[in-house]
Amino acid sequence: MSPSVRLQEMIRVIRSARTQGEERGVIQRECAAIRAQFRQADNGGRSHNLAKLLYVHMLGYPAHFGQMECVRLIASPRYSEKRVGYLGAMMLLDEKQDASLLITNSIKNDLSHSSQYVQSLALCTLACMGSAEMCRDLAPEIERLLRASNSYIKKKAALCAVHIVRKVPELGELFTPSARSLLSEKNHGVLHGAVVLITELCQRSPDTLAQFRKAVPELVQVMKGLVMSGYSPEHNVAGISDPFLQVRILRLLRILGRNDDVASDAMNDLLAQVATNTDSSKTAGSAVLYETVLTVMDIKSESGLRVLAVNILGRFLLNNDRNIRYISMTSLQKIVQTDHNAVQRHRGTIVDCLKDQDASVKRRALELSLALVSAVNIRSLMKELLLFLSCCPPELRSHTTSGIFNAAERYAPSQRWHIDTILHVLTTAGGDVRDETVPNLIQLITTATELHCYTVHKLYRALVTDISQQSLVQVACWCIGEYGDLLLGGECEETEPVQVTEDDVLDALETVLQSHMSAPATRGFALTATMKLSTRITHNVDRIRSIVSIYGSCIDVELQQRAVEYNALFKKYDHMRAAVLERMPEEGTETPQPADQVCDLLDLLGGSDEPLQPRPAAPGPAPAGPAPAGPAPVSSSTGGDLLDLLGDLDPPTAPCVKVYEKNGVTLTLQCDSQTDTSITVSLIGSNSSHCDITNFTLQAAVPKSVQLQMKAPSGDVIPADGLGQVTQTVLLNNPNKVSLRMRVRVSYSAQGSTFQDTVQIDSFPPVTCE
Amino acid sequence: MIKAILIFNNHGKPRLIRFYQYFAEDMQQQIIRETFHLVSKRDDNVCNFLEGGSLIGGSDYKLIYRHYATLYFVFCVDSSESELGILDLIQVFVETLDKCFENVCELDLIFHVDKVHYILQEVVMGGMVLETNMNEIVAQVELQNRMEKSEGGLSAAPARAVSAVKNMNLPEIPRNINIGDINIKVPSLSPF
Repeated sequence: MSPSVRLQEMIRVIRSARTQGEERGVIQRECAAIRAQFRQADNGGRSHNLAKLLYVHMLGYPAHFGQMECVRLIASPRYSEKRVGYLGAMMLLDEKQDASLLITNSIKNDLSHSSQYVQSLALCTLACMGSAEMCRDLAPEIERLLRASNSYIKKKAALCAVHIVRKVPELGELFTPSARSLLSEKNHGVLHGAVVLITELCQRSPDTLAQFRKAVPELVQVMKGLVMSGYSPEHNVAGISDPFLQVRILRLLRILGRNDDVASDAMNDLLAQVATNTDSSKTAGSAVLYETVLTVMDIKSESGLRVLAVNILGRFLLNNDRNIRYISMTSLQKIVQTDHNAVQRHRGTIVDCLKDQDASVKRRALELSLALVSAVNIRSLMKELLLFLSCCPPELRSHTTSGIFNAAERYAPSQRWHIDTILHVLTTAGGDVRDETVPNLIQLITTATELHCYTVHKLYRALVTDISQQSLVQVACWCIGEYGDLLLGGECEETEPVQVTEDDVLDALETVLQSHMSAPATRGFALTATMKLSTRITHNVDRIRSIVSIYGSCIDVELQQRAVEYNALFKKYDHMRAAVLERMPEEGTETPQPADQVCDLLDLLGGSDEPLQPRPAAPGPAPAGPAPAGPAPVSSSTGGDLLDLLGDLDPPTAPCVKVYEKNGVTLTLQCDSQTDTSITVSLIGSNSSHCDITNFTLQAAVPKSVQLQMKAPSGDVIPADGLGQVTQTVLLNNPNKVSLRMRVRVSYSAQGSTFQDTVQIDSFPPVTCE
Repeated sequence: MIKAILIFNNHGKPRLIRFYQYFAEDMQQQIIRETFHLVSKRDDNVCNFLEGGSLIGGSDYKLIYRHYATLYFVFCVDSSESELGILDLIQVFVETLDKCFENVCELDLIFHVDKVHYILQEVVMGGMVLETNMNEIVAQVELQNRMEKSEGGLSAAPARAVSAVKNMNLPEIPRNINIGDINIKVPSLSPF
């Protein structure tokens, strides 16, 4: 009878318990018995008791009182007891428990035991739960075992060494020579362990990486042997000879060949061979091909090989097996940054995968689609994404909405499209959007002056249909409050005309105020909007007064405060009411960039204007709920002396680059001075048309890690016919030495109309100065 | 690195749990429950990879699972492992169990949990794949079991006696013993 027969009895008893309570009772009795037996002196059944305890632990009951018993059992001379003791140590102990230190000595002794199975138990336990001190103590032992003659021990020692290197990276040097010599082993298990060890060593230290690059020919030989060998019954999995080892070696080759021409050359032939000869009809072959493709894309391979690799991925994408499709999308994700065009070719298939019924495939397809969005395909891709949003699984919704917003902010072809897209998302999935969406959208609407009428009509219609999506309702209320006069005016070229009376509007707002579905913040928005309408409508001012005075005794403190203040505005400060409630001026505001926004180098403007402006902006009226604070004015007095100094150094022949030219207005960029981490440029605006340019302002934005300081412009009027210029100096501080880019927004009035354009400056002219 | 290996049945009862990263006990049970919840929702014809759990390892991990009759074999791995490779590894592990237990079924896993742990120890060590050759694994497990039996001591004496009797070559017992007039019919004894 094997030692676990009493374990089986206990399992039978536990399984026969019919309720959870009965089971708990049985287990408590058993645990009490086990505890009593642990306290007794050595009896023959110790290993049974620990085995029972481990079973109980698996079911979720506390088992910490078994830790000392594990220590005792490990020290026992009998193999059966050692076995269970080590298993218990791996399940119950970890480096945080004090008891784990006590087994260090036992492990040390067992590592030199005569029986290889005892040695292997010790190695296994050390690899699972060895703490940093234990690893340091025992590393020389492991190194010795790496050179043992027994391949069973060698392969275990190799993996144990990996664990040690992970815990104490400095010990990597200790294992490097033995790891190298293990590459010449014939035993696949040892070879596998050696490759894992070398991979870990190379990932930790660049010097070791350089050392192991010399081993590339050897690795190529081993791979060739595996690929070209005939059928070997030992390692065969579905016709491929040891695919696990092949995959490991390919991964190591990837690490060694990255950024290194010599190593990459040495593996080109091999990779081509593997790519063409491997049969991908079964999972094993696909696994090898997949690793090969990733390796090809990551090293400096020839272009022919890269094309072959991307084609393999494309074939995978069309495979019927869902696993293969999933894997191909994962690998396409890895290469989409570097080989964007190659992946774009498969966009159609990827978008189709959005409709797959498998949630994992959908998730991968979503990530990939978001990565593939570009200015060219934004409209069609956004249609697909919006369709996806309406039927996507709930766990993916918030990710989808943030992805859509990011894409819309970066590539919106027009403001109207942008607003439409955001409104569509809010209607479909308003509950899953980020918190900053509401202020961002309001900001966007404010800046799109020509669309105010269209926007307010659309929002009003959405509000009347459904008031459950809080973010949508908040934005709609705000817009109605601001642009109520446009709504009541009735005409709008872009949508069908609808007659909206003042009563309708006030009814809608009151519904929001009174509905149980409205959050307190939403009701605040609605109340303020109602108040603002008092200056924009003519007939129902009394109705507004009565609404406002009712809320003067509302339980919600915020609403009550607002209502009381608005009441005061009606009574005592009626003469100021119009001024206080007039429309918000357009201004740049500081919107905090969300941390998870997908950003490449050009993280500019994020849908809103950069905060730095040459003149201080007027703060918005206080009661308007969501108005963000105006930005602090940039001081232009400091550094003025510096500016003059640099101005003197400025040679007359510094090259100018024309960055913008339209309607006779020209903007040129001139580099004044440049150091390693900063650059000073001047933006010069001139006017060759026949009428003066007024209100000429410049706003600039730069990548996140660069600091921007704009000095005061020399003026904001450019006389006609080139009679004068406006100069503005900009100081850019680039401590991280990222590649400098700048986006400049030019706005001015000419012949009674305003113009606004955005220019991107990707390269700064060099400075020539003595 | 493999972070955890979980085997549970169609109702979520754990049959084997092995974590290669430290988690407190209640955390472990929570992970099992969450994993079961995610895996049991899956159809049978979707892919074997799952993302979206939140408890183990943060965003860098996925669940690779295989469903065999009444058992789910789930491996939680991070991005350093090849997904298709792990899928094959699960297959190798199950075939090894099949060989060691002779047509393995759920009851074998229930009553011989410790043995399954010892077999698993030969396949995965410290969260890393150790050996993938099925014959090698089975051979090593056999040798270890033999070693354990050989030093069985007192408690194994009955077992040794039984196996000794089994291996004895008892001559055939005659069915009918004729001694003069007496006819004794020997009842047929069931073989050991």
